[in-house]
Amino acid sequence: MTATATDTPGARQAEAVRRIATKRRAAFAVPVAILVYLVYVFFAFDIPGLAERARLDNAATLVADSYSHKVHVTRDNRSGEITVAKEGERKGTFPVEMEPPWVVRDAGDVRIALEDGHAVIFGPDNTAVYIHPGFGRIEAQASRAGGVQLNLAEEALPEWVSYSSSRLDIRTDAGRLTMTRNRTEAYRYFFGWELFWFTLDSPYYGRTPFEIVFGPQLDPERANVAGAWQDFWGNNVWRHADVAWAMLETILMAFLGTFGAAIVALPLAFVAAKNFTPLMTLRFGARRAFDFLRGVDALIWTIVLSRAFGPGPLTGALAILFTEVGSFGKIFSEALENVDDKQIEGVASTGARPVQRYRFGVLPQVMPVLLSQVLYFFESNTRSATVIGAITGGGIGLLITQAIITQKDWEEVTYYIILIVLTVMAMDWLSGILRRRLIKGDTG
Amino acid sequence: MADFAAPAANSPDTRGAYLALTRRRRLYSGLTILIFVVLMASGFYVADARNAGGFWDGWRSMLDFPADVVTEAWAKRAEMPGLLWRYVPALIETLNIAAVATLLGFFGGMALSLVSTRGLAPWPRVIPVFRRFMDILRAFPEIVVALVLIFVLGSGPVPAMIAIALHTAGALGKLYSEVNENADLKPVEGLQSVGATWGQRMAYGVIPQVAPNYLSYGLLRFEINIRASAILGFVGAGGIGYELRNSMTFGMGKFDEAAAIFILLFLTIVAVDQISSHFRNRLTQGREVLQ
Repeated sequence: MTATATDTPGARQAEAVRRIATKRRAAFAVPVAILVYLVYVFFAFDIPGLAERARLDNAATLVADSYSHKVHVTRDNRSGEITVAKEGERKGTFPVEMEPPWVVRDAGDVRIALEDGHAVIFGPDNTAVYIHPGFGRIEAQASRAGGVQLNLAEEALPEWVSYSSSRLDIRTDAGRLTMTRNRTEAYRYFFGWELFWFTLDSPYYGRTPFEIVFGPQLDPERANVAGAWQDFWGNNVWRHADVAWAMLETILMAFLGTFGAAIVALPLAFVAAKNFTPLMTLRFGARRAFDFLRGVDALIWTIVLSRAFGPGPLTGALAILFTEVGSFGKIFSEALENVDDKQIEGVASTGARPVQRYRFGVLPQVMPVLLSQVLYFFESNTRSATVIGAITGGGIGLLITQAIITQKDWEEVTYYIILIVLTVMAMDWLSGILRRRLIKGDTG
Repeated sequence: MADFAAPAANSPDTRGAYLALTRRRRLYSGLTILIFVVLMASGFYVADARNAGGFWDGWRSMLDFPADVVTEAWAKRAEMPGLLWRYVPALIETLNIAAVATLLGFFGGMALSLVSTRGLAPWPRVIPVFRRFMDILRAFPEIVVALVLIFVLGSGPVPAMIAIALHTAGALGKLYSEVNENADLKPVEGLQSVGATWGQRMAYGVIPQVAPNYLSYGLLRFEINIRASAILGFVGAGGIGYELRNSMTFGMGKFDEAAAIFILLFLTIVAVDQISSHFRNRLTQGREVLQ
């Protein structure tokens, strides 16, 4: 080699210095570019205005609701009728003889003991008293003519009381009292999800598992365990049976979509693979078809298909199928292009017909790789099926969006989230085991 | 295999054992296929029964809706360029959501992967905690996080961005920690011997080795996140998905808008797909040249 200009030590050093300078500039420029972009997005997304829009009280309700529930004691101010109900729902109303011990009906008065020594008394003539151990008594009366009236001047009220002539709202950590012209309501908060196992009309309500399994028969009609199962499964507040069905529907969407796509994509992948289809136009057509299926995306497929098939698991399954035929077609045809020709020739030399050549010469080579890809997609599609279910209206995705939209059943949202997360993790684990076994089976 | 190739191929014992083995294998794979077929068929039957419209009726009308959209878009084809232009800002918002979420998820995933890889983690005892944390991040469907955050933060791009970023951090963290496991530890030890802190060891010993892989996975994730961001828009998080839902709920008469959005979304996804696969090829090939 002749010594060119770049080979002299001086030139080399200059070159090295230049390269290092370029790298330094890049090391500086990349973070700056990212920072500039983030600043742009900061204003494009109106993050300064976010603080105003954020509803932190919503967040507080959400968090409190997700692990606790409240019991309402309600007086209808017109009829004087008193009901005690979990979450104020009709399905959770206590029959009078089952009312909790902290509600005492005492000659026209109703004494409601809250936590930390707080108490509420519903008195005659639509009066109510909130007894705060640190503050004293707040007495209120609701009447047709005067609305809600208090025994205190408005200036003397602490900040946990909000009052106008049409509405009184006392909120403390121990509980809450609201009063309007028509209704007086006291709330007490409890830890846990209400009526998760049994509803109040079930004879098994409030029993421990030990009592149910080993205790005396509670319902003369049914054996304890069978009856408890029936009441739990048919629980009409939490609807365990429906939720299980919805979860199953979601898994079904992922299963049908993923494996259906694999079955459809396999023959098409042969068409798109160079070594099996010498005809250029056919190959090109198959590949563009895959690109199209993938490019249209599950969102658009879902919308198009739900027009034809209506809401439900089948629509979701087909939407996943259409998208994944594109993905699998691409992956499979790449795998097929990498197969070893020797095995195919060997099978062919025994006089095998093309189908037999594919079955015994090609598939054994690619099967473990393909199956492990399919399993991987199956797992990730379980999650997609939740999302697609929310759009098309099927499975657990539908239930969870409905529960979120009502904005009050956060304990149900939490329940569904836990179910989804557990299912996805179980799928992850299962497909991991199967994939490891496939790969081992391949080498061993 | 060596057993069968042995000279005693005619020995009835070996032959019989081999045939029995083959028979058993055939039986097992036959059974597996049978179970699979039964599951598929019954699954299809159940899904068909629980769907609002049946498969066999819907199949014939599958092209009706696309045909409506195409007819309407064709009838108003003169307005199409204007419509496409009108939705560009929404498209940019969707892309921004995906990009910021990918960026944040990239850094989050990087940090998570470094603290959950054996040999690199600063606190080896809590590795399982970080791993489970990543599993949980991945298991949460974005839509759930987004809907809950919309309740708290109000609708807009931020809930979607946070939701996608969390999921991305979990997904990339897992992939990155697999990459980290293959990293050479010698540079790390070298840096440690001269008294480098953990941050310095990672920044100068590990990151340069794994950066091409990180970037390549990050780009792949960006593609996925664009799709996710469009979907989240559909449930109220802004961007092009939101516009799509508006024009869809309006129905007939707005299908030209739907068509414009379909076209924009399709073109974007295909374009990003092509660009990112080009860069990913360069990144991975560049690495091969270095080796």
